[in-house]
Amino acid sequence: MKPLLLLLSTIVALTPVAFAAPPLPRDSVYQLDVQLTDDRSRVASFRNLRGTPQVVSMLYTSCKFVCPMIVDSGKAIEQALTPAERSHIGFTMITFDPKRDTPQMLARVRRDHDLDASRWTLARPAGRDARTIAGLLGIRYRELADGDFNHTSALVLLDADGRIVARTERIGGLPDPAFLGAVRKTLAPSP
Amino acid sequence: MRFAAALVVVCVIPVVAAAEEDRGYARIPGGEFATSLRYEDVRGPSRVASFEIMRRPVTNGEFLAFVDKHRQWRRDSVAAVFADASYLRQWPTPSRLADRTQASQPVTRVSYYAASAYCAAHGARLPLWIEWEYVAAADETRRDARRDPRWRERILAWYARPSSQALPRAGAQAPNVYGVQDLHGVVWEWTDDYSALLVTGDNRVQENAERNRFCGAGALSMDDRENYAVLMRVAMLSSLGGSDTTMNLGFRCVREVR
Repeated sequence: MKPLLLLLSTIVALTPVAFAAPPLPRDSVYQLDVQLTDDRSRVASFRNLRGTPQVVSMLYTSCKFVCPMIVDSGKAIEQALTPAERSHIGFTMITFDPKRDTPQMLARVRRDHDLDASRWTLARPAGRDARTIAGLLGIRYRELADGDFNHTSALVLLDADGRIVARTERIGGLPDPAFLGAVRKTLAPSP
Repeated sequence: MRFAAALVVVCVIPVVAAAEEDRGYARIPGGEFATSLRYEDVRGPSRVASFEIMRRPVTNGEFLAFVDKHRQWRRDSVAAVFADASYLRQWPTPSRLADRTQASQPVTRVSYYAASAYCAAHGARLPLWIEWEYVAAADETRRDARRDPRWRERILAWYARPSSQALPRAGAQAPNVYGVQDLHGVVWEWTDDYSALLVTGDNRVQENAERNRFCGAGALSMDDRENYAVLMRVAMLSSLGGSDTTMNLGFRCVREVR
C-alpha cells in the first residue's frame, strides 16, 4: 500500500511539471542551449529565463561610458512601469567580456546601480557563447588591442517564450517611448 | 572498348574522392600581415599564427551529408533563430539536390550558425577575418599580391558580373600559392568574427548619434579606396545577422595545424 501511495504522490507531484513546458517556438532565442553564471556564481541555463518577459542587453563592466548608460536605460524602463507590471518582468544584462567579468565584477554592477535581486540578472556566458548570444540579439562587438570593447548598444525585449518583440538602440536615462510601449503591451493581460 | 573505358572511370572515381578528402585542407604558414582594414586601435602589422584551411568552399553535396546526419540543421526542422526562411532553398527538397552539378557547386543560402555547426562537426571552425584575408591576399605565385593592380582588377571584375549566373563548380579556378581555390570569384564567405566588423560610414564626419552607437574608440574606417575590393566584403559581412542567408554567401572551415 505504502509504495503505491508513494508512487501516486510522485505522479501527482510530477504531473504539473510534465505539462508545464510546451515546446519552444522555433523563433525563440532560448533555442540556444547555453549556461550562464550569475553574480552569485550560480550556474543556470539561459533557458531558465523562459516564463517571464525579459529586457536583455549586453555590456562589459570595465566600460566607463556607454555601459552604465545601458543599465540606466533598463532602470528607466523599470521605473516607468507600475508596481504590478514590474512584478512580471525581468532585466538581464549579459557580459561579452567573460574573461574579466567575474561574478565579483558583476556583483559590483548590481551594488553600484542598486539593482533589485528579484528582477535583475547579471550573467556571464562561457567563452564563445557570448558571441552566439550577441548574434541572436543583433549586438555586435570587437575586442580592442587594449582589452576594451567596441560594441553596439541595444535593449531587446523578449516575450515569456524568448521571442524578440522589440529592440531599441536609444540608450540613456529617458526610456524610448516606442520600446516602453512594447514592454507595456507584452505585460498586459491577454484579453 | 567502350566498356573498358567505363570500367576505368568507375575504378578511378573512388580513388580520386579519397585523395580529395586527404588533401581537403591546405597548410598556411603564419606570418606578419597588415590587414586592409583600418582600425583606430591597431598600429602596424598583426601576427597570424599557422593554420589549415579548406582548399575550396564547402559544396551542396557535402552540406547535404551534414544535414542528413544532424537533422536539426535540415531546412524543415532548423530553428528560425538560427536560419532565415530562404535557408537552403536552392535544393528541390530538404533532403535532395537537383543534380550532380548542384552537388559540386559551393553551398550558399547558409546561415552563420549552420556554417559554424558544420565546421564544429568536422573538428574545425570558421576562419577569423584576418585568417581569411591573409590567404586571400595571395595569387598564383605570391603570398601578398595586393599591391598589384591586376590582382585588384580581377576581383572587381567578378563583383561586376551579375549574380544571376549559375555558380561554377567548387575548385574549378586556379589554386593560389598555398593551393587554395575560389577565395575570389565564386561566392562570399562567412567568417567567425563577422559580427566584430563594426563599420562606420565615414570617420571624418561622424554624427553624434553614430558615435554613440559604439562604446569607445576603435571603429573601422571604410575610406580606403585602394582596398575597395576587400572592403566590399567587409561591408557585406558587417551588414549581416547570424541567421541571414543569401544566394551568394557560402563558407569554408579552418582548423589548427595537426
